Amino acid sequence: MIYAILFYEFFKIGLFAIGGGMVTIPFLFDLTKKFDWFSAEELTDMIAVSQSTPGPVGVNMATYAGFQAAGVGGGIMATFGLVVPSVIIVIMVSKLLRCCAENRLLGEVMAAIRPAVAALILQAGFELFKLSVKDYYAGAFAAAFFALVYFYKKSPIFYIILAAVLGIIFKL
Amino acid sequence: MSEYRKIFVSFFKIGLFTFGGGYAMMPLFRQELIDKHKYITENELIDYYSIGQCTPGVIAVNVATFTGYKIKGVSGAAVATLAIVLPSLVIIMALAGILQVLSDNQIVSHAFAGIRIGVIALILNEVIHLFKKAVTSRLQLGIFAIILAVLLLGNVSAIMAVMMAAGVGVVRFMRLK
Repeated sequence: MIYAILFYEFFKIGLFAIGGGMVTIPFLFDLTKKFDWFSAEELTDMIAVSQSTPGPVGVNMATYAGFQAAGVGGGIMATFGLVVPSVIIVIMVSKLLRCCAENRLLGEVMAAIRPAVAALILQAGFELFKLSVKDYYAGAFAAAFFALVYFYKKSPIFYIILAAVLGIIFKL
Repeated sequence: MSEYRKIFVSFFKIGLFTFGGGYAMMPLFRQELIDKHKYITENELIDYYSIGQCTPGVIAVNVATFTGYKIKGVSGAAVATLAIVLPSLVIIMALAGILQVLSDNQIVSHAFAGIRIGVIALILNEVIHLFKKAVTSRLQLGIFAIILAVLLLGNVSAIMAVMMAAGVGVVRFMRLK
């Protein structure tokens, strides 16, 4: 039964998380409130692992989340659920390729969804911030780290490894 | 080597050797699909990306499905899609299993305390990047502000928020017509 629920929940994420990897974060955050598959703290770890391992970030997150919920079968079902809507839609769309990319209605809908997606990720980030940054020490670390990320454009993997090393050195 | 096996190997490689997904995968897509096997053209790849951005789902998976479908129809699409997600399935589940065992280790828990904060910085950076691209008009700024307020105040799901914004887009389309 849990496999069916996982499939259904990730099918919905695959259908509504428009724009790729990081966009799945607020949807996965909703799952932490609805089910006890994984906690919000674990979600942060999942994001880190998904960004620093090979493969599309969205797929990695679904596999990890499904695995946390119900082991290997759960990982497979969640990934399957995430991918199925795009496979169906892409096969339908590929027949009318160009008219879709230039469709006016779709253009308006996308222009309205993108700012909402930015707000969604910001809010999910704020919730995760409240969980991980509990004292001034961690707050100072977060501020310094953000300045680093913002001003030096390195790959996410570089920053995740750096954060791990700093976490060990400063005993966070 | 059969056509299916060639498709499988190409996409498996792409899934195995790229970090980050989305645009980070474009160079390897180009190398495998355009230069090496001539499955698609440069313009088709750009088309797939632009459609991938305005259709639901993971962009890299959408590109794989498009290409597989173009070469061998529905079964080609299935093989390409399976091949691109397979490395993630194996690597992530192995790593998740190892991390579950190591979670009591003191050093690992310090590392993850650091990583959690680092990830939040990365998320904030992503929001700024998205915001710059997504908010270019007053209406879009309004949508951003209202959705954020609704999320902070009420118990609105992410799906609900996306549908509300989509509704604004539909209304705007009908009024301009």
